[in-house]
Amino acid sequence: MTNDHRTNANRRRLLASGTASGVLSLLGFPSVLRAQAGPLKVGVILPLTGVLSFPGTATRKGTELAVKMMAEQGRRLDVVFADTESKPENGRVAAEKLIRDGCSVLVGAWDSGATISAAQAAEAAKVPLVVNIGSARQITEQGFTQVFRNFPPSDEIVGKGVDLFKGLLGGSFQPKTAVLMHVNDTFGQATSGAVKGAWEKAGVNIKIVETISYDARARDLSVEVAKAKATGADLVSPITRVNDAILIVRELVKQDYNPMAIYGPSSPGPYEKAFTDAVGKYANDYLVSVPWYDPSRALTKRVLERWSQEFPKDRFELNSGFGWESILVVADAFQRAKSSKPADLHAALRQANIAEHIMFGGPIAFDAKGQNPNIGVPMLQVQNQQPVVVAPASAAQAKAALPMRKWAERA
Amino acid sequence: MTGRQQAAAAAFLSVLAVLPAVADDFQLSVLALIFLFAYVGIAWNLMMGFAGQLSLGHALYFGIGAYTVAVLAGKYGITPWLGMPAAFALAAAAAALVGTLGFRFAVRGVYFALLTIAFSEFTRIAFEHWDFVGKTGGFFLRALGPDNRPLVSLRGGATFFYYALLVTMVLGWALSAALVSSRLGYYWRAVREDEDAARAIGVPAFRMKVAAAALSGGLTGIGGAWFGLLGGSLFPETVLGMRMSIDVIIAPIVGGLGSLYGPILGAFIVIPLNEFAKELAQHFNVNGLNFLIYGALLCAIVLFAPHGLWPPLARLLRLETRR
Amino acid sequence: MLELYANVVVGGLLLGAVYALIATGLNVIFGVMRMVNFAHGELVVVGMYTAYLFWKLTGLPALAALPIAAALLFVAGYAFQRLLANRFVEAGQHVQFILFIGVALMITGAHAIAFGPDPRPIQGAAGFDVYRAVFLRLDAVRTQAALFALALIAALWAWLKYTLTGKAIRAAADNLTGGRAIGIRIPHVFAIVAGLGFACAGAAGALVAPLFDTQPYLAGDFTMIAFIIVIVGGLASLPGALLGGLLIGVAEALAAALVAPSMKSLFSYALLALVILLRPQGLLGKRSALG
Repeated sequence: MTNDHRTNANRRRLLASGTASGVLSLLGFPSVLRAQAGPLKVGVILPLTGVLSFPGTATRKGTELAVKMMAEQGRRLDVVFADTESKPENGRVAAEKLIRDGCSVLVGAWDSGATISAAQAAEAAKVPLVVNIGSARQITEQGFTQVFRNFPPSDEIVGKGVDLFKGLLGGSFQPKTAVLMHVNDTFGQATSGAVKGAWEKAGVNIKIVETISYDARARDLSVEVAKAKATGADLVSPITRVNDAILIVRELVKQDYNPMAIYGPSSPGPYEKAFTDAVGKYANDYLVSVPWYDPSRALTKRVLERWSQEFPKDRFELNSGFGWESILVVADAFQRAKSSKPADLHAALRQANIAEHIMFGGPIAFDAKGQNPNIGVPMLQVQNQQPVVVAPASAAQAKAALPMRKWAERA
Repeated sequence: MTGRQQAAAAAFLSVLAVLPAVADDFQLSVLALIFLFAYVGIAWNLMMGFAGQLSLGHALYFGIGAYTVAVLAGKYGITPWLGMPAAFALAAAAAALVGTLGFRFAVRGVYFALLTIAFSEFTRIAFEHWDFVGKTGGFFLRALGPDNRPLVSLRGGATFFYYALLVTMVLGWALSAALVSSRLGYYWRAVREDEDAARAIGVPAFRMKVAAAALSGGLTGIGGAWFGLLGGSLFPETVLGMRMSIDVIIAPIVGGLGSLYGPILGAFIVIPLNEFAKELAQHFNVNGLNFLIYGALLCAIVLFAPHGLWPPLARLLRLETRR
Repeated sequence: MLELYANVVVGGLLLGAVYALIATGLNVIFGVMRMVNFAHGELVVVGMYTAYLFWKLTGLPALAALPIAAALLFVAGYAFQRLLANRFVEAGQHVQFILFIGVALMITGAHAIAFGPDPRPIQGAAGFDVYRAVFLRLDAVRTQAALFALALIAALWAWLKYTLTGKAIRAAADNLTGGRAIGIRIPHVFAIVAGLGFACAGAAGALVAPLFDTQPYLAGDFTMIAFIIVIVGGLASLPGALLGGLLIGVAEALAAALVAPSMKSLFSYALLALVILLRPQGLLGKRSALG
């Protein structure tokens, strides 16, 4: 992790305010005495340690950058972070703690399981929860009234991604069979379920010959990849996170399995710096369709510039992007509500309509279930160890290189 | 109970009964959790104390109970008033199975402990692949609507759960106390002290042990059911995992295995300690502090107070049972 | 298909050899002293972190850290047994459990505090190397680990069989009272045994560090696998530990290939339960070895 002194200062300040309220809470002071006037107190729930710490920390950095940029515009937010330790049940625990500490609005929780668990607590306390990242459809289907999700559900990501994938077919690139590999947790299950019907719905003639699920804590995926290789499928579709993406690619190389393409629909991992650093030249040609920042917008360009100043060693991507946007959503609601009461913020969030934002898609607005239906999903490919947009044509930064180059032929 | 004990118990319960008037929601949830783990500790103690075997796989019964009530309520709209007896029955059946197999094949000591772990882990992995309960993704109860009636759905706010679990803990304790001084209790003690002699005088040792196991498991299942209602989200890793099995046994071991009050004292020590450790850990950005503290506590108990902390406390407060 | 299963079985055998080393360590402790070392997996992780630190500081492959990890853990085991655990050898197994679970939790907590909970991979160019034989693909790092594991197991067997201390240990294991009667210094012998057991775990950790990303919470899995192997293979039987290790390695790999990778441990636990119920002395153990 970068040891930028500015990040450390922020962290220390946040920890100090956290310690103060923590000590007070231990001594049993009721929240009334600790309520603060002035800036809005926002609780952000993320996996900062554990298997999801890479993307969790990236999201945190995006969040911190946004807090800074909002403050410069006079929209002051007092942000407290809570760590779920990458365990889904800790979502609720973290939410309860933040609510107890006086947060009027919550943001979180990166992982679908933790998000739903946090939503239970938010719902009970009538505190709005802005979902920064979390793709399980259930998040907005459980009847929660306090949830506002600025991230598409996995079936939507998969559907849009498959449509774009269709556009890449042609010439020598005509895969007929696919093998699906997915991590066995809330996110992995939801996404693989979505993928199964998606090819048919899009009218793409690709048959899924096998689905291989693996434990989220798996240390070694050699058997899984061996099974995939035995299918001889043209397309490998891994639904992964960072660590398993690294393990899968390593095994693909070692076992010399050269599919026509590797395409991860709605799959975190391949665009992250940890991945491209770990597998180097073997990361190239990996396709992934995920919501992404729109590099053509003025606001995005400003954010990218500030990012390269604050976090020069890190890559701005999906996690940091949505972390940034979640604060935009909260700041916008705060400004319109002119109050830090959860109920007022809730009403303001209902009315949100933010045209100027940084990710692909139309204005940020929430439907009756709390879902933002306007989020765009481009197709990315790793080229020269960097993720670039290759579809749709209107937003493409480069042309897709397909079929994938063989492992042995990579320089 | 001695006169002193009765007075102390009455005072203790009176304080607990009125606490919600002054405590905030978070404190009430911590207390509810204390009551829950005190109750589950009492339940576990039945297996240990009466069947004489250390079970390291009690998460199995906890998880079965949790999922039973949650699935019946969440998928079929069946009230937990019916779900809880079902949870008891299924968990008790599982415990009876483990007990029957274990005692039938004369499995003891570390082997018995490993057997319980094997069953528990096997079930956890099975649940992780079972569509019906949501697999690894978890099972979630729907959000409580504004028209929720806690006494019907058995879900409510912090105050509701506080009282519900307080009642559960007291009932669990009362059952345990009644059993100890009942004829059943004497049989159980006889079997534990000297199984052959007990058999010789006609005590149906095998059936007694299985009954103890079943009761222990069934009661633990109800504890699991409350846990599910409390949290609203269930994951196999959480309710069926080894971590839960360890959490179940820490309170009774710290408090003291031999006594009725041990698990309660243990829970009052261990749960707040855990919360404190988590606060410290979050504020100093340190992970794993609660593991270290739990481990140190267990080692300290084994080295310095192997019968738990209740006996010395009881002596101090002059609350011990005169023999 | 043949290629898939052949590779899977070979991969399972290689990993199984390393598991066998872990199990041998446990077997020595459990078999000789009847101590239920529930912290065994944690010791493996200590070995892993030792190797990781070594690699981080020197850039040399983790394998070179093997003697360091083994020596460190030998000393730790000797001290632990001599100063603390010897008191508990005669204590009830229930008490031992709690002690060792406490120790295990403390070690895991210490690791998480010191190194953080994030997985720490050891990256090396060798990570992509493969030995090829016909259609078999042997992962280079795994093969090296297996060979070293087998060598260490063989060395331990030989030591126990041919040296004086080794014979003393075997005598004590067979008949404790008799051993005392002929003057074997039991506390010292037990401490050596603990040292050896810990050292096996530590060495296995150093071997496994390049294969699995080091993190504090792997320990539980290692502990369970060690116990499964020891019980299936046979208590107090060193060949049993080796056989058990290879068997479990292959069984898990086949289960992963035939059914579903995420279910592979299901079969190991089922096997554990069956063995405990039906043949508690394990495959190669003696009935008399059961306490």
